[in-house]
Amino acid sequence: MGASTIRRTAAVAAVLLAATACGGRGDDGGGTAASGACKGQQTTGITDKSIKLGGIYPLSGPASAYGDIPKGIKAYFDYVNAEQNGIGGRKVEFLVRDDGYQPPKAVEEARRLVEQEQVFALFQTLGTPSTAATWDYTNQRKVPQVFVATGASLWGTDTRHPWTIGWQPNYVSEARVYARYLKTDRPAAKVAVLYQNDDFGKDLLGGFKKAIAGSGVKVVAEQSYEVSDPSIDPQMRNLAGSKADVFLNVTTPKFGSQALAADARNTDWNPLHIVNNVAASRTVLQPVGFKNVQGVVSATYYKDPTDPQWNDDAEMRLYRAKMKQYAPGADPNIPYHAFGWAVASSFHKAMQAAKCPTREGLRDSVRNLNNVQVDMLLPGVTLQTGPDDGFPIESMQLMRFKGERWELFGNVIDTRKEFGPLTD
Amino acid sequence: MAGFAQQVVEGMGAGAIYAGLALALVLIHRFTGIVNFAQGELAMFSTYVAWQFMDAGLPFWAALAITLTVSFTGGMLIERVVIRPVEGAPELTMVIVTVGLFIFVNAAAGWIWSFLIKDFPNPFPDGALRAGGVAVGYPTLGILAVVGLVMGLLYLLFRHTGIGLGMRAVAADPDSARLVGIRVGRTLALGWGLAATVGAVSGVLVAPLLFLEPNMMGGVLIYAFAAATLGGFDSPAGAVVGGLVVGVAETLAGAYVDVVGSDLKIGVPLVIILVVLLLRPQGLFGRATVERA
Repeated sequence: MGASTIRRTAAVAAVLLAATACGGRGDDGGGTAASGACKGQQTTGITDKSIKLGGIYPLSGPASAYGDIPKGIKAYFDYVNAEQNGIGGRKVEFLVRDDGYQPPKAVEEARRLVEQEQVFALFQTLGTPSTAATWDYTNQRKVPQVFVATGASLWGTDTRHPWTIGWQPNYVSEARVYARYLKTDRPAAKVAVLYQNDDFGKDLLGGFKKAIAGSGVKVVAEQSYEVSDPSIDPQMRNLAGSKADVFLNVTTPKFGSQALAADARNTDWNPLHIVNNVAASRTVLQPVGFKNVQGVVSATYYKDPTDPQWNDDAEMRLYRAKMKQYAPGADPNIPYHAFGWAVASSFHKAMQAAKCPTREGLRDSVRNLNNVQVDMLLPGVTLQTGPDDGFPIESMQLMRFKGERWELFGNVIDTRKEFGPLTD
Repeated sequence: MAGFAQQVVEGMGAGAIYAGLALALVLIHRFTGIVNFAQGELAMFSTYVAWQFMDAGLPFWAALAITLTVSFTGGMLIERVVIRPVEGAPELTMVIVTVGLFIFVNAAAGWIWSFLIKDFPNPFPDGALRAGGVAVGYPTLGILAVVGLVMGLLYLLFRHTGIGLGMRAVAADPDSARLVGIRVGRTLALGWGLAATVGAVSGVLVAPLLFLEPNMMGGVLIYAFAAATLGGFDSPAGAVVGGLVVGVAETLAGAYVDVVGSDLKIGVPLVIILVVLLLRPQGLFGRATVERA
C-alpha cells in the first residue's frame, strides 16, 4: 500500500491520458485553423481545395420517394464543381447514406460520416425522427447539421442545439399561411381538422389554433388518426357531421389520399379543402383522380418544374440543362429534384458568406442570412435568419389545384411579418 | 338516432374489411393449425398482381380471375418451399417463419412496385343507398355481399366435402391422418393455396378504399386477428360476426366514448383480444380443443 500504489495509479492514468489524447487527435483528423481571426476553429473535412459533406436520406423503405432529393443536390454540386471551380475554389464532395427512415440507423450513419469519413458538416438529415435522433450527437461533437429536411418547428425554437438548423418552412409557418388566408377570405370560417396524432400533426394544428386565436375563424371539429390505422373513414364521417365549411387536412401521403377521396365521395359535405404541403404532391392527388381534387388549396415555397409559368425562367432552364447533363437518369419534372437543387444552392450561398472556412464559420453563417435570394425558390421567398430567428424560410404562397396541376394564387405571405417571430 | 345508426353502418363497413381477411386466417388455421402472420401481406401482394394486370390493360374481372389463380398457385408454392421444411416444428418456429415471410413479402412489394400509393378501381358503383336518414355506400354493401358469399362457400367446404373432412383430420392429428391414407402434404398445400385466394379477394375488396401500397394490410391484420379471436379461429361464421362486432365496437367507442376518442381507437381490438382470451379462449363460435391426458 502507499507510495507504490499511487505511483502505479499515476502511471496507468498517464498511459490512459496519452491514449485518449491520441484517440482524440485521430478522431478529429483535420484539427484547427492556425491563424487570423479564425484561429482555434475546427477545419475537419475542409481544405483550400475541397469540402466534404454527408447527407442521410431514406433511399430504401416506405419513405424512399424522398431519395430523389440527394440526386438534385448531387447534380447541383457536380455542376458547381465542374463549371464554377466549386464553392470559392473548394470542390464539394457529397456523401449520401441510407437510413431507411429508421432513427437508429440514422445515428449509426451520422457517426460513420463524422468519425470515419471526417465530413465537414452533415448537409441534411431527412425526417423529424431521424433528425431528432442525431442532433444530440452532432451538437456534442460540434458538427454543423445544416438545412435539415423536416418542417418541425423544434429546430428553430430550441436553444440548446446551435449546430442544427432547418431550411424549409416549418409546420407552424405553414399553418399561419392557411390561417391568414382564411382570416382574409373567409373571416367566419368553421374549420374541421383531421391530423396525424404525432409531433408533426400537433405542431401544425397547434400553430393553426394560435394563429386564428381572437379572429372569427373557429375550429369546430378535430379528429386524429394513428399511422397504424387502416382507414380514416370513421374520422371523416365524424368531421362531416360538424357541417364545417373548411376542411384542413393535416396528413402524410397515404392518409392524405384517403381523406381527399372520402371528401370527394361525400356529396353532402363540400367544404373548402386545404391539404398540407406534406401531402400535396401529385403522387398523392393522382390516385384520387384529378377530377376529384379540383379546387383543393395548399401552399408552397419553391418552383414546381411542371408549372409552365417557369418555362422561360433562367434558373429553371439552368436546372433542366444541368440535370440532363449531370443526372441523366433522373426525371427533372420530379419536384424533389428541384427541392434538392434549391437547398444545395442555399448551402452554396451560406458557405460563401461564411467569414471563416471552418465549422464555426458555417454555424454562424447559416444563422446570419440576410434576405438571401435563392433562384429556385418562389420570387419573394428569401432566406432570413438572425440571432433569435432560426428559421431560414418562413414565407409561402398559396396554390389551388386546377386541371392537372397546382396554380399559384395571391401574394407570397411572409408569416414573420404577419405574425411576428416564432419563439416557442 | 339516425346519427347512431349511421355510426353502426360505418362500423359494419369497416368490420366487413376485417372479416374478409379474418376468413383467410380462419381458413389456414383450419387446414394447417397455424396462425399465419403473413396472410395480410400475401393479400397485399396478390392485390398488386391484380393491379399489374389491369395496368397492362386487362379488364377488372379478367385480372381478378388471373389473380385468384396466381394466388392459389403462389400459396401452394410458399407452403412447398418455405413451410414444408419446418413442417411439424414447434408453434414458435412457425410463428417466426410466418413473421419472416411477412417482412420479406412487404419488402419485396416495395422493391418491385415502390412505396408510392396506387389507385385501384372499385368494382362496385359509387353512391349510396339511403333509407331513414342512413346512407349505406354501395361499395360497403358489395363487400358485405362478397364476404357473406365466401363465408358460405367455406362453410360448405368445411362441412360437406371430403376435403373438409380430411383437412380437419390433418389439423387435428397429422400422424393419424397419414396412417388412414390422407395425403397430408397435399392437404396442407391446398390450405395455403385456398387461404391465399381468399386473402386475394379481401385485398382486392379493400384496395379501392384504402389505396394500394405495401403497408395497406398491416393495420387491417391487427383487426382481423381480433375478429378471428373473437369469433373463434375455426369458424367462418365466427370470423364474419367477429369482424362486424370489432368494426362496430371500434367505431362506436371512437365516436361516443370520449376517453377513447380517435386516439385510443386502435386499443379497442386489443382489449377485445384480451377479454376473449381470458373468458372464452375458443371464441364465440369456436370449439374448445379437448386434450387427452
